[in-house]
Amino acid sequence: MSSREQILAAVKQNQPDLLPLPNVTPFQEITYEDALAQYEAVLTAIGGKMYRVNSMEEVKAIIKGSYNSLEKRVLSLVPELDDIATAAYEINPAAHHLADVELAIISAHFAVAENGSVWVTEELLGHRAVPFICQHLATVVSAKNIEPTMHRAYTRIGAAEYGWGAFIAGPSKTADIEQSLVLGAHGPRSMTVFVLND
Amino acid sequence: MTTETKDHAELAEIFNKDEDRVDWHDETLWWIRAKRDKSVHQLPEWEALREAASGIKHNVLSNLNAYLQEFESAAKANGIIVHWAADAKEHNEIVHGLLAENKVTQMVKSKSMLTEECHLNDYLATHGIEVIDSDLGERIVQLAGEAPSHIVLPCIHKKKEEIGDLFHMYLGTPSNMSDPQFLTETARGSLRETFLTRKVALTGVNFAIAETGEFVVCTNEGNADMGAHLADVHIACMGIEKLIPKREHLGVFLRLLTRSATGQPITTYSSHFKKPRAGQQMHLVLVDNGRSIQLGREDFRNSLKCIRCGACMNTCPVYRRSGGHSYHTAVAGPIGSILAPNLDMRKYADLPFASTLCGSCSNVCPVKIDIHDQLYKWRQVLVKEGYAPTGKKIAMQVMAKTLASPTLYHAAGKMGRLTIKYAPFAVSNKLNPWYKQREMPSSPEQSFGEWYAKNRKK
Repeated sequence: MSSREQILAAVKQNQPDLLPLPNVTPFQEITYEDALAQYEAVLTAIGGKMYRVNSMEEVKAIIKGSYNSLEKRVLSLVPELDDIATAAYEINPAAHHLADVELAIISAHFAVAENGSVWVTEELLGHRAVPFICQHLATVVSAKNIEPTMHRAYTRIGAAEYGWGAFIAGPSKTADIEQSLVLGAHGPRSMTVFVLND
Repeated sequence: MTTETKDHAELAEIFNKDEDRVDWHDETLWWIRAKRDKSVHQLPEWEALREAASGIKHNVLSNLNAYLQEFESAAKANGIIVHWAADAKEHNEIVHGLLAENKVTQMVKSKSMLTEECHLNDYLATHGIEVIDSDLGERIVQLAGEAPSHIVLPCIHKKKEEIGDLFHMYLGTPSNMSDPQFLTETARGSLRETFLTRKVALTGVNFAIAETGEFVVCTNEGNADMGAHLADVHIACMGIEKLIPKREHLGVFLRLLTRSATGQPITTYSSHFKKPRAGQQMHLVLVDNGRSIQLGREDFRNSLKCIRCGACMNTCPVYRRSGGHSYHTAVAGPIGSILAPNLDMRKYADLPFASTLCGSCSNVCPVKIDIHDQLYKWRQVLVKEGYAPTGKKIAMQVMAKTLASPTLYHAAGKMGRLTIKYAPFAVSNKLNPWYKQREMPSSPEQSFGEWYAKNRKK
């Protein structure tokens, strides 16, 4: 008997009588009076930064104030922001050539008010490694796309097809050394979210 | 104890030699527990979430056979290669086989308590494979030649000065550097090099979804993703109890996990791996290693509901004051003490006794495992099966005899009172374990029985 058959047989023999699956739909009703204010408060508390902007031009101005794409490599996956990025190039499957990216700008499907995260899938990223390998991460999300909780987030995702997706909440961090919080563990040292009124 | 196995009390004694360190360890973990409370109290629906999570896990355990098959076929359809390992040995052989197949002798690994449980690193080392742990805390204990002392905070027992010394020795930092910012930056640089040069990355799994065949990995550092997305081969290892039925259930578990663990609203990264990247191999190893046996133990089955948040450790008065290494098992603390005896009753017979049964663990558990009840039940099983230490067995027999006989009971009580009063040195010495870190109580003049006999007549 293979290990597969052996494990499945042992599990079948030892599992108890079927117990019902709880209904989790009532959690869908949890909301915030001002989801955007909640989002901003949580994102700030976990080390991120949020800007409310009215246009992509505003996003460009803010990014240009902090990053010079002639000196450091700026990668944009938001077509409207291509002109503030370092000259366009092909993202190849190995992704190791992304190691020198200073700032990556991506868009997100939606944000989650309760925990400061954004939901992204690989189609938005060019490569799965992009939001991890860059030194700093900027994300653009529409103000219409703020979900209150993770319950609503998964309702929104539904049965969506993707190869890889992630909730990203703030900069990469660690507190493994004596519980001292350090931003920039292996991934980005900062995360900026632009909430676009459109 | 006459057996050769290690004993929690003896190991705790080593940890307890440095009182300042014990106090610091105790306070640090309690601080994390307090952060958990603060975070949890912001959600009015917290108890309903715990109840839902508990119910979902009960359903999973009662239908695990079907969920495993549902998961396997969905994962295969997604292009994931699924392996089954009956025990630790088979798990290690599968991982080694994949490395050999790809002609690779170096691997980067993110946190996986399962691979600790299986002693994967040691096994691979004997086969000439170098593994680098990429979680900062795990990297630190790896450099120190130690095991993690906590499932979420692997080097919680280490002072920054000790970490500075390790980095000086192995990563070339100047001596006497202990600033966490500087040390983290050093590790970042060193591990980035590792991520960029490894062809195989291994990660753990926090949740696997039967419905969709995807699995979710949670980290704050981003190390699991850095490893997996830059490698040609991704190997993910999970215990069979990590399954949940549907994607929507992640909404419940991701809300509970990190709030319980560190008080954060969510980990920085909650990565959903559904299909391999173009050109990448993605392997998933489903491991039993005693879990199907535990599933059949009615009293201990619920321990398989665990989502590895570590809240029971942070709150445990025994864990906080004895340190994770005293538990001599991969998963320390209260939950580890009910999981380990299932794997080996003789080796881990001491662990269910390393508890005050105060119940704090059960109160904070996000999936409502009756941890302290199970600790109590394990004690009964272990004594019945003959695994209790000889000293404890004799003491219990003497006590049973004494309590069964009024004459013996009264005589023993009198003797105890006289001893403490006239010969305190007989109990206040190092031979009496109750005297360690404690003053013995002063004894009353008479027992309640004597007082009653005297005063009843008045």
